[in-house]
Amino acid sequence: MSFLEVQGLKQVFPARGASPETVVFDDLHFGIEKGEFVCIIGHSGCGKTTILNAIAGLEKPTDGVVIMDNREVSGPSLDRGVVFQGHALMPWLTVMSNVAFAVRSRRPDWRADQVRAHCQQFIDMVGLTGAEHKKPSELSGGMKQRVGIARAFSIQPKMLLLDEPFGALDALTRGTIQDELVRIVRATHQTVFMITHDVDEAILLADKILLMSNGPRAVVAEIVENTMPADRTRMTMHHDPQYYRIRNHLVDFLVNRSRLYAGGDARAAYDSKHPPVVRPGLEAERAAPVPPTSEPPRAAVINLRHAN
Amino acid sequence: MMGVKETLRAALLSFVILAVLLGAWHLATLPKEQAAASDDEYAKLMGKGAKKSDGFPTPAQLGETIVRQLSDPFYDNGPNDKGIGIQLAHSLARVGAGFALAMLVAVPLGFLIGMSPLLYRAFDPFIQVLKPISPLAWMPIALYTIKDSSVSGVFVIFICSLWPTLINTAYGVGAVRRDWLNVARTLEVRPLRKAFQVILPAAAPTILTGMRISIGIAWLVIVAAEMLVGGTGIGYFVWNEWNNLNLTNVIFAILVIGVVGMALDILCGRLQTLVTYVE
Repeated sequence: MSFLEVQGLKQVFPARGASPETVVFDDLHFGIEKGEFVCIIGHSGCGKTTILNAIAGLEKPTDGVVIMDNREVSGPSLDRGVVFQGHALMPWLTVMSNVAFAVRSRRPDWRADQVRAHCQQFIDMVGLTGAEHKKPSELSGGMKQRVGIARAFSIQPKMLLLDEPFGALDALTRGTIQDELVRIVRATHQTVFMITHDVDEAILLADKILLMSNGPRAVVAEIVENTMPADRTRMTMHHDPQYYRIRNHLVDFLVNRSRLYAGGDARAAYDSKHPPVVRPGLEAERAAPVPPTSEPPRAAVINLRHAN
Repeated sequence: MMGVKETLRAALLSFVILAVLLGAWHLATLPKEQAAASDDEYAKLMGKGAKKSDGFPTPAQLGETIVRQLSDPFYDNGPNDKGIGIQLAHSLARVGAGFALAMLVAVPLGFLIGMSPLLYRAFDPFIQVLKPISPLAWMPIALYTIKDSSVSGVFVIFICSLWPTLINTAYGVGAVRRDWLNVARTLEVRPLRKAFQVILPAAAPTILTGMRISIGIAWLVIVAAEMLVGGTGIGYFVWNEWNNLNLTNVIFAILVIGVVGMALDILCGRLQTLVTYVE
């Protein structure tokens, strides 16, 4: 049994006025191992955030269970830290106080200086040393998201849930924070579940990438194992031939295959309890014919929202 | 530097407007020219001085009154002749007491109503019916039940300052961003800590706006209330001077009411900036 098990998850949004009842997804199964970084990719409306909220315990799914560390998730818990899409910092608190708010929830018995030292450690970790006494409104979008990450890490949860944390950031800032996240996660061996729209972000960060088909009635169509070396970096990973194979596989899925699961052959052949696990990086025959040198790295970035 | 220059120009313009207003007032209240000397004698016979006007005070007379009243604001020559300072103190005490009591009820109740959609809907019809009632309409009932005119004044202030704060608190508490509440939930924050450390600071600007409206209305209502119940206070002063046919004092009182109202509003504004946050 995996560290985190999602079993038979189902979400139905009831009929509202003229719009009929929507089954976002039905009978969803997947697992996450301890220390694993799992990204979930899919088009808008496939229920990614709903899955994350169910794992976080923020929303109760219509059916199915989430089991973490052999215990059923019945509500939000300090065991699962969440980094919200819109950073969700409290604007009346300073950076330090925002992190301290979380730390005090985790350690109500700590003295003020203990809390401060602990917070400082995590503020330093995300590279915000010197900005401790600034209010969120004085920070850039990237810095705010760093505070959100520091806050989530500071409670040292068993698992971290990130809801498209870099979606609102510009490409340059996103790259820097991705690098930091890679560094922190590799140092802490944190178990992470993350929603993203960015294929390159998923390849850089994830050990496993869940591909969601289009909603309604979305499924985890495939589980892509990232076979690239664990020490890959944003600067060099596009020199690895595996990178293009994985990337082409992901883009191909999102552009062409993600809508095939609504019915027909793909649906009929699909076993929801055991989504196919694929390793496109190791399939030489699927290798992309694009030599790494012919294309500058930034041009390879495709934002899915535009591709869609 | 541009800001300073703009401020200076605005101040200059304010002075020009003031000068024009005072000038117009002065011209409008100039003594009428009297044609014949016999009329003067007639006027003396009638017990009037040589100067004749239509009775409306001139700016100069108002100036004299302001200086006289402010030079000795706290004299007390019996129930019908007290200094403006004493009258103001009575009014402010009533407003302060009524407003404080109203806040003690409105903020916690608004909190409850804002947190619970059920309570919100249950209380809504009562608030909607009670809110538009002129606070003075409560006066007979207050006088009958409380049997004390001064306390009745406080009650009227209580009733009129209740609604804006209650409604704003409920709205502010209900509109706290879901994200912040979700943060509190994922951190397993206890209800009391959530109320004081998340919801209260998040809703504070809205609550303060309500309080600012409340104190504004309270200051409007106290004048009318004191005219009714009499005895002391700035409203009673206005009515008393009207009965004395001393319009100069009435105008002076009107000015004082305006200035104090402005001061109260500035005070609330300061408090508001203290709790306001930039998102």
